[in-house]
Amino acid sequence: MTNTMDDIEEAKAILVIGSNTTECHPIIGLRIKKAVMQNDCKLIVAEPRHIRLCYYADRWLQLKPGTDVALINSMMNVIIEEGLVDEAFVNERCDCDRFDELKELVKEYTPEMASEITGVPADDIREAARTFANAECAAIIYAMGITQHTTGTDNVMTLANLAMMTGNIGKPGAGVNPLRGQNNVQGACDVGALPNVFTGYRPVTDAEVRAKFEEAWGVKLPEEPGLTATEMMTAAIEGKIKAMYIVGENPMLSDANIKHAEKALKNLDFLVVQDIFLTETAELADVVLPSTSFAEKEGTFSATDRRVQRVRKALEAPGEARTDSEIVADLSKLMGYEMACVEPAAVMDEIASLTPQYGGYSHARLDALPDGESLHWPCPDAEHPGTPILHTQFFTRGKGWFAPVPYQAPAELPDAEYPLTLTTGRVLWQYHTGTMTRKSEGINEIDPHGKVWISPDDAEKYGVEHGKSAVVTTRRGDIDIEAMVTERVPNGLIFIPFHYAEAAANMLTNDVVDPVSRVPEFKVSAAKVKAR
Amino acid sequence: MSGNGDGHKYKVVLGYGTCGIAAGATAVKDALEEAVKGGDYDVDLDIAGCMGLCFTEPVVEIFDREGGSVIYGDITAKKVPQLLDEHVGKGQVIEDWVVKRSEDPNACEGDFLSNQLRIVLRNCGKINPESIEEYMEIGGYEAAKKALTSMTPEEVIDEVSASGIRGRGGAGFPTGTKWGFARKSPGDEKYLICNADEGDPGAFMDRSVLEGDPHTVLEGMILAGFAIGARQGYIYCRAEYPLALKRLDIAIEECHQKGFLGEGIFGTDWSFDVKVKKGAGAFVCGEETAMMASIEGQRGMPKPRPPFPANSGLWGKPTNINNVETFAAIPWIIYEGGEKYAAIGTEKSKGTKVFCLAGKVRRTGLAEVPMGYTLRQVIFDVGGGIAGGREFKAVQMGGPSGGCLPASKLDTQVDYDQITAAGAIIGSGGMIVADNRTCMVDLARYFLSFTQDESCGKCTPCRIGTKRMLEILERICEGKGEPEDIDKLQNLAADISAASLCALGGTAPNPVLTTLRYFKDEYEDHIFNHKCAAGSCPALITLSIDPETCTGCGACVKVCPTDAITGEKKEPHVIDEEACIRCKMCLSRCPSESIIAE
Amino acid sequence: MEMIKVEIDGQACEAPKGSTILDIAKANGVDIPTLCYDPRLSPYGACRLCLVEVEGARALLPACYAQADDGMVIQTTNEKLERIRKTLVELLVSDHPMECQGCSKSGRCELQKLADKYGIKESTFAGEVHEYDLLRENPFVMRDYNKCIMCGRCIRICREVQGVGVYDFINRGFKAVPGTPYDKPMQETPCEFCGQCISTCPTGAITARPYEDRGRVAALDMLRNACAYFKMPEDDMMKALGLEGWVTRTTCAYCGCGCQLDLHVIDNKVVEVTSPLMVGAGQGNLCVKGRFGYEFIGSDQRLTKPLVRKRGKLVEAEWDDALKLVAKKLKEAKKKTGPDSVAVLSSARATNEDNYLIQKFTRAVVGTNNVDHCARL
Repeated sequence: MTNTMDDIEEAKAILVIGSNTTECHPIIGLRIKKAVMQNDCKLIVAEPRHIRLCYYADRWLQLKPGTDVALINSMMNVIIEEGLVDEAFVNERCDCDRFDELKELVKEYTPEMASEITGVPADDIREAARTFANAECAAIIYAMGITQHTTGTDNVMTLANLAMMTGNIGKPGAGVNPLRGQNNVQGACDVGALPNVFTGYRPVTDAEVRAKFEEAWGVKLPEEPGLTATEMMTAAIEGKIKAMYIVGENPMLSDANIKHAEKALKNLDFLVVQDIFLTETAELADVVLPSTSFAEKEGTFSATDRRVQRVRKALEAPGEARTDSEIVADLSKLMGYEMACVEPAAVMDEIASLTPQYGGYSHARLDALPDGESLHWPCPDAEHPGTPILHTQFFTRGKGWFAPVPYQAPAELPDAEYPLTLTTGRVLWQYHTGTMTRKSEGINEIDPHGKVWISPDDAEKYGVEHGKSAVVTTRRGDIDIEAMVTERVPNGLIFIPFHYAEAAANMLTNDVVDPVSRVPEFKVSAAKVKAR
Repeated sequence: MSGNGDGHKYKVVLGYGTCGIAAGATAVKDALEEAVKGGDYDVDLDIAGCMGLCFTEPVVEIFDREGGSVIYGDITAKKVPQLLDEHVGKGQVIEDWVVKRSEDPNACEGDFLSNQLRIVLRNCGKINPESIEEYMEIGGYEAAKKALTSMTPEEVIDEVSASGIRGRGGAGFPTGTKWGFARKSPGDEKYLICNADEGDPGAFMDRSVLEGDPHTVLEGMILAGFAIGARQGYIYCRAEYPLALKRLDIAIEECHQKGFLGEGIFGTDWSFDVKVKKGAGAFVCGEETAMMASIEGQRGMPKPRPPFPANSGLWGKPTNINNVETFAAIPWIIYEGGEKYAAIGTEKSKGTKVFCLAGKVRRTGLAEVPMGYTLRQVIFDVGGGIAGGREFKAVQMGGPSGGCLPASKLDTQVDYDQITAAGAIIGSGGMIVADNRTCMVDLARYFLSFTQDESCGKCTPCRIGTKRMLEILERICEGKGEPEDIDKLQNLAADISAASLCALGGTAPNPVLTTLRYFKDEYEDHIFNHKCAAGSCPALITLSIDPETCTGCGACVKVCPTDAITGEKKEPHVIDEEACIRCKMCLSRCPSESIIAE
Repeated sequence: MEMIKVEIDGQACEAPKGSTILDIAKANGVDIPTLCYDPRLSPYGACRLCLVEVEGARALLPACYAQADDGMVIQTTNEKLERIRKTLVELLVSDHPMECQGCSKSGRCELQKLADKYGIKESTFAGEVHEYDLLRENPFVMRDYNKCIMCGRCIRICREVQGVGVYDFINRGFKAVPGTPYDKPMQETPCEFCGQCISTCPTGAITARPYEDRGRVAALDMLRNACAYFKMPEDDMMKALGLEGWVTRTTCAYCGCGCQLDLHVIDNKVVEVTSPLMVGAGQGNLCVKGRFGYEFIGSDQRLTKPLVRKRGKLVEAEWDDALKLVAKKLKEAKKKTGPDSVAVLSSARATNEDNYLIQKFTRAVVGTNNVDHCARL
């Protein structure tokens, strides 16, 4: 997030797109609701399904899945046509040539043209554009509904265009605010658990950066970027990856097209899984190592708004379970390399010494923060108060870079054989692959199993009954799942949450990925439904 | 409309408000319509709202061509043919049925009306409330027209200020000042509310005005809306007033047709409209912050003030709230001038006030009198004293928030300050008269049970405090009071008054405090002697029959639910004390008043 | 920001314009008792405990509601105010089951604390008391309206913070009580089981069911009762019993909001999860997962020993053996097919420190950049 969670309450307009915020990020949902209910904020929700946030919205843009670029380009078309561009911001802060290119591109995206693609009435697009552009400060909030497409990168760039064009970057109540799907996606990325960068997003291909890490770690480091998670699976099928070490992940439920993941993992010579439960993935492992839960160790998590916070040990781990750090350090030693430190506080000091954004963090400093205060990175040194809002003076690269992107359809569209669009996501009650939430009796009572959402018309058309079992099929596979007939999905769209192993939505999803981010297109696949 | 210019010799007007209907006016209406159908009588029929003569409903007033009139009371369907035959047919007044006649105003019961000065009620009972034409014939909407076309809002406020009128809803805040606050409060969007959530036991003047003269209230609101700068008005009226609601709807519709409500009214560019919001009969919704919550669609619960409605009211906008009676007086004030109104009344309480006479008074009904009348004048001259020739004991003024005044205070003037100094309040104008058969502990218990039931439950002192006070009073009435109970009541009352959130709780202890002040001996009698001198509290009395006066008619035997009364016909009867449950049914039935409660 | 000057109990205070009397008192260390106040909510003014005397004001003013004006002279305590407060607490106690021993809120109950402060064991205002059924119709929120003091905090937090509005008051007068529409079970309302109502309830009227009937809670209750009885702060008591650190502040392990949690741990089991007020992302608010989703920590399905596949089956092994096997296999792959034939998936669930060491391991020890995590999934 360029801005913080607290800052959301300041917004005078919010565009929530591709985020079922109240269910997937409930506490951020509260901030949005508060802005709307107590701060006269206008809320625009762009979302194919009727999500709970629609109840609070001034305008609900019910777009077809995967048509985000067309919608946003069209909103920009209206903003330009009606003279609502923040000229001062564009001239001072952005690369003006790029803006001219963008103008040229969005010319053809009239609301009428975009309406054809997105299914959103042209006047709604106009009104939404006006609301957003006219607000004193307007925030964009998005999540996996934007990124999990073959055009995910395009989607993100087009949102950045919209924010820059309206001057909604680098000030309170505004910003481009991606919501990270898991507790520490932000932190894992920050500290370099990515194939192309070291900590602080510095490229592995940069010799200078590499030299710094080589000096600190005392070894020669590889120069070429590694494989992304999705590429690793393909490489495993191709026999290029022989051994895999999976820590706290469950691709056997969370990967798009589970059969593909299964094939990959089964093709490995050696698989180690380190987890707190015997997950679907661990069941395939050669060695399973018991690790500790967050409540049994010290450390830090970085929240989606770059707020680094302490994780503290509250109880002893069960049996012989050990922390991930201890395990990996031991393994390291057995492989001939002694980690300089293992204790979380010392590890944080090492991170701080090697990561400009984290330079000011230490466990001691975080522990000493008074209640109610927090430190958002970049926090370069021990005196720095942190940076709640990014890009207040200039962008990381200097001038704001408009990246005009044309609309491209999703990879797999409905056809005669698979007439429906399947989209996936989460429900309030469950979390990711359910390994944690489904251990809670109460949650299981309220939400015992997954359901496929289907519109009343489609249910009748395909002979599916509410509360009865249905079979959903895509080119990847099929699952049995209870049908929930509801007007909250439009005709032609079905929705399945992906938490449930016994009715795994990812048996169905398409593993085609975005060419840049390598994120699979979880949000759109062609499907068919019939009664069981 | 006092005359009759339609060419017919007589005009017969039937009082057709809720009180009249409850007393049988519908049957009278049917009978009148049936009788004149054949065209045998030279007569016009019309209806009007309540004239205030509750004690003698249904009421029929017959006007002649010269403007003279005769008011008949207690008319039934059976009496209709005779009435028409004698009065309309033969021109002969039926003296036995007359309440008042124009040529001799004080004859019969006429002094009930002749001792009044009617401004608010000026049209009630005189015009057909369902006809805007009749209202306009007597000068209706002239004040609004005058103000909107020739006065500035400030001038309207000045006129109201000059009249000295104070809010008739109970608190008595100067209306002109209040409007001034709302006018000056910043904001383009302002609201006006008419409080028609009349809920005091024994108060019904707002209902009568809305039923009898809805247009005067609307005209008052148009004037107020113009004065403060509100374009939308609400009338918050309880759903238990269906006839008032119906007549309001008709009146609003008529105003729309005439261009008196809606866009660009009276040919000006000023717009004002009125919506009626039905209340669900919660007493607390008469409290202005609770009322606004209710209009907003919330549960009607009060909020602390400040902020006051003039700054942050309905939907957070500046809002002015007045009650029905206040609005009803405004057109008269604007039309006749504030000075004329200010000439009536006392130094600090100007104009007239409508009182609802109820309880043990001989003539119950609505009475509008100038401020400054004494209680004695209102109760005895207008109300005709105590029913059944009994002794006056006290009058409960201002409903459950008010207080009880004893005979020694009868010469107190009705004036906000004097009544308050005596320990009661003018409030909405309820006067419940008690005679020597009324137990003052029981009276306080009754009012407290009312406020406790009607408490919204929000604040601690009102919700639990009044409950605990009520329990103590119930205990005393049952003869189980303890010596420290009086102190407990007094202390609790003080804390509840000081700590409650709104006036409902803050004033709830008043009936207890004033009865303790003036009738402490009755409390003590209950607690120490286990006696109820008024012969009222069932647990503390025995009922017996005076053998001297009992005629042995057996009326008591028929109503006794426990067969506790025995006796030979025409011989004095006796009550079996063991079997008697002290329901006092016999007491109310005995024609010779031979039942003794002590 | 425009500042105003007021005097509270003789102390000169300065505060931003628009502050309530209570805000200013709190900022200046003046304690005013409250029951219906929660900083997360708009002021309400119902309990009347915070009434203060303002010079020149016609009536006592609720400190939580009344905004201070410049130059205000305020008394937060005097004989009259304390008498009224005592009466109010006595009135509340008169309709409250004072069986604190069996109550899970004992020790944290705001009414209990005030009753202690005013030395009230039982009320002098004996009278009718409510007898409502205990409502346990759903797995999360347990309601005992006999303990309700009508502060309206549950109603307001559900409406103002959660934006849902499951509750409102029903009935009038003494019979007024919060409830769901038509007394429906909560799972038939739009309730999201966030438990915000639990977090704000000042008494034991609304409590968390998942923590209700696990033997541990009884022990906790006993401790809290002991704390209340000895008027000893909980932490001191825990320390005296060698149980210090039984409440641990940490960060929620679900979505990326980063809500702050207090894990209450007794005998190595999480017995309750709460969130500190006005701290972190949630400001004391949580969601159903954050508040109730922590049974997994103590789950008997947790892995407690390394497992190694032998003859197709995963069997328990010693750490030494398991780690040696892993090291051997990774070294083999590195040697035979090169470091890039090894891949490591790190975890967005693990800490920054864990992730750092894992990527360091991949790069420095295995010698490949094949490290990623589930950011994309």
